[in-house]
Amino acid sequence: MTEYLLIIISVVFVNNIVLTKILGLCPFMGVSKKLDTSISMSAATAFVLTIGSITSWLINYFLLVPYNLEYLRTISFIVVIAAVVQFTEMVMEKNYPYLYRVLGIFLPLITTNCAVLGIPLLNAQLSHNLLEAAIFGLGGALGFSFVLILFASLREKFEGANTPQAMKGSAIAMLTAGLMSLSFMGFIGLDRL
Amino acid sequence: MISAILIILSITAFIGLVLGYASIKLKTDGDPIIDKIDNILPQTQCGQCGYPGCKPYATAIANGEADINQCPPGGDDGVHKLADLLGVEYKPLNAEHGVTKPKSIAIIDESTCIGCTLCIQACPVDAIIGAAKQMHTIVEKECTGCELCLPPCPVDCIDMVEIPETTDNWKWKYPIHSIKQQN
Repeated sequence: MTEYLLIIISVVFVNNIVLTKILGLCPFMGVSKKLDTSISMSAATAFVLTIGSITSWLINYFLLVPYNLEYLRTISFIVVIAAVVQFTEMVMEKNYPYLYRVLGIFLPLITTNCAVLGIPLLNAQLSHNLLEAAIFGLGGALGFSFVLILFASLREKFEGANTPQAMKGSAIAMLTAGLMSLSFMGFIGLDRL
Repeated sequence: MISAILIILSITAFIGLVLGYASIKLKTDGDPIIDKIDNILPQTQCGQCGYPGCKPYATAIANGEADINQCPPGGDDGVHKLADLLGVEYKPLNAEHGVTKPKSIAIIDESTCIGCTLCIQACPVDAIIGAAKQMHTIVEKECTGCELCLPPCPVDCIDMVEIPETTDNWKWKYPIHSIKQQN
């Protein structure tokens, strides 16, 4: 049990996918203008990352490893994750229209996100078992959501702040992201993966 | 090598089959009543009904939040059709939302246009082309005659021009039946 907790803590704080591994920066910059959208985005990412980690683990363990085809990981993970997301989107649209309206456009958006591909690849590299892979995926999504929501709240504050003309908009956002990344580096040493 | 090709092929073929089957099996047609209402509305996207466009108005009608008589571009004819579709009583157009005008399109007087792009931002159907400090023009085919570009123009260079009836756009008028009186 402790090791699973450790995986989550490590992947949320120490090895945060956005700020330490520098993955998934496009939604981090792109969808962080408003708190509402960033929360929807986080939920969609949590969903896709967990499902993606599990399915790619299955593909990796049952198809690629037995035939020594680890070099096909990237391409097969992309295909499988895209397909699973597409499929769940269809099921969701049919059976859970409310959920579909909330997550809506975000689901296909993050299908080919680098964080979503990065976590399954890390899973394969660190040779996690199925449960560890799923928790690693969920933890990665939690870390992503944590950072994205923090960042979105900061950016909403900036809208009203007295920033110098030259620093308005993306410039101050980039700087803030850098500072956040620096502060997350402070967690290194808390736990090693 | 062969096994690699086979495995990738089988993964993709399997995924293709499942997705193909799912797209047939899990097909959703949206909310049919909203689409039916939306089909009757004139698609001017003018917002005179108080909603940001025809689809939101259709959704509001379907949810019972809006009345059927708020669409001046649709005219009396449109209200009749909506009343028929929804099985409610016909009511005359609500004058608060404007009056029916003959179908017209906006024309930019290109010699007066200063290229401020304000009308481009106002256009709900992207029918205006142009760039900052370049003269703008309106794609007549796309223009719905919603008049939303008139108020933002600082030099009043946009005119609404009625579309004259020609042999190309003439169509049979709908026959007007007087509704049978009950009793």
